[in-house]
Amino acid sequence: MEKSYAEINAKIKSGKAVVLSAEEFISLAEEKGISGAARTVDVVTTGTFAPMCSSGAFLNFGHSSPRMKMHRVWLNEVPAYAGVAAVDAYIGATEVPEDDPLNSQFPGEFRYGGGHVIEDLVAGKPIKMKATSYGTDCYPRKTLETTITLDEINEAFLFNPRNGYQNYNCAVNLGSKTIYTYMGMLKPNLGNAHYSTSGQLSPLLKDPHFKTIGIGTRIFLGGGIGYVAWNGTQHFPSIQKSPEGKDLGPAGGTLSVIGDLKQMSSKWLKGVSFAGYGASFAVGIGIPIPILNEEVALYAAATDRDLYAPIVDYSDAYPNRVPGNLGHVSYADLKTGKITVNGREVATAPMSSYPKAREIAAILKQWISDGGFQITEPVQPLASPADGICGKALKG
Amino acid sequence: MSPKKIVLRFSPEISDKPIISRLVKDYDLLINIVKANVNPQREGTLVLEITGEQVEGGMEYLRKLGVQVQPLTQEIIRDEEKCTMCGGCTAICPTGALYIERPSMEVKFDGDNCVVCQLCLKICPVRAMEVKL
Repeated sequence: MEKSYAEINAKIKSGKAVVLSAEEFISLAEEKGISGAARTVDVVTTGTFAPMCSSGAFLNFGHSSPRMKMHRVWLNEVPAYAGVAAVDAYIGATEVPEDDPLNSQFPGEFRYGGGHVIEDLVAGKPIKMKATSYGTDCYPRKTLETTITLDEINEAFLFNPRNGYQNYNCAVNLGSKTIYTYMGMLKPNLGNAHYSTSGQLSPLLKDPHFKTIGIGTRIFLGGGIGYVAWNGTQHFPSIQKSPEGKDLGPAGGTLSVIGDLKQMSSKWLKGVSFAGYGASFAVGIGIPIPILNEEVALYAAATDRDLYAPIVDYSDAYPNRVPGNLGHVSYADLKTGKITVNGREVATAPMSSYPKAREIAAILKQWISDGGFQITEPVQPLASPADGICGKALKG
Repeated sequence: MSPKKIVLRFSPEISDKPIISRLVKDYDLLINIVKANVNPQREGTLVLEITGEQVEGGMEYLRKLGVQVQPLTQEIIRDEEKCTMCGGCTAICPTGALYIERPSMEVKFDGDNCVVCQLCLKICPVRAMEVKL
């Protein structure tokens, strides 16, 4: 059985496509088998809502009179990168105001950062803008203080260089004092274990070999429509194996995504603060998987029992880049609320919202079922585990 | 004299020591344990109602042992609009007042189990938890 993108889109257009969320597809595959489920279903929708630090937005403010070549830009006191054309800037999710106390009183609070600026902008709130420059013949103005809103500026598009991590570490602390990380607060001596994917609902866990998700794929991004722009930075997809050679599901793939902020919602783009670590940005992403054949269906039907996260110590192994891990744990086990690490029972908690992931998969399902959201054949596939790309270490 | 309501927090190192009995024996205090969550080698919390002449002396004794003592006059509330139900608070909350309901994976808050330790305020990424005075 093979279905083409065109055939599936024709069904979507006529309102006849069968669209299920990844959770629903798992149940159907358990009932009908993979072949039966693959024949019945056209599209499976996925979702994830979690902190994704490598995010930000390009903005074009429009020109003032007289004109200004903005050299430094601040939005609600958060610096934006202005080293592009005159009134373009990039506001990065993890940037914080210059007077933020950071970690001087440990753990720092990081109450407001670039992610919060984007959330406020999308919510339609006025943003205080400040810019300075050195003045040129064509751009004489040297200072500017004004207020902007999303509607009043020319363009605003989210362009996130690394989102949608295929899989992520389950973080623990083997040390003797509490640590504050981007995986949250980790209590000493295996006090807790934090993980951060939506498991069986997570987009890239359901397409381990990048058979359908590639450059140009249309997606749910921040409550609106977005696209896969490129692979994400640090895109090193692989298939994890146990010491006995058992397949533990994929890890390592990432996506770079893009989309018009003006049609997104602050419900799905949230500035977040990690005590002792920094400011970040929670992004809602949902990706449709067209069920082209049984192989794609088999991957899309993977359950929390089939997908595993590596357990990593964040007191020493992670910060000091010590290779290896403390074993793997299935998402089914992580979701029970406790796992066993080094013979000890440890309470688990997610940093990625499963209820929100489920809601995104349901919204995307609705969009496709309503005929307004067509699926896209990638313009070019992304590197897959077969390409064997590995991360490079930085000298110094 | 009306009883004083306090919250005690024990670090894992002292949670298996006989401490409360000393308040009774040495400081002649009347103690009503309202809520208790004490396990060996884990953080422990106790909510007590205390009556007696030597309440301050007893509190001083507790602090010297490294027990955190706080009056229970505050209440924690959750801003349901802000909470994204990530669940990041649920393995931090020492009393299980913040917990995940399964299989929905929804994050619930049971104020009755809250001892106002305020850890959730510090670690909630979207600042959904607030103190009500």
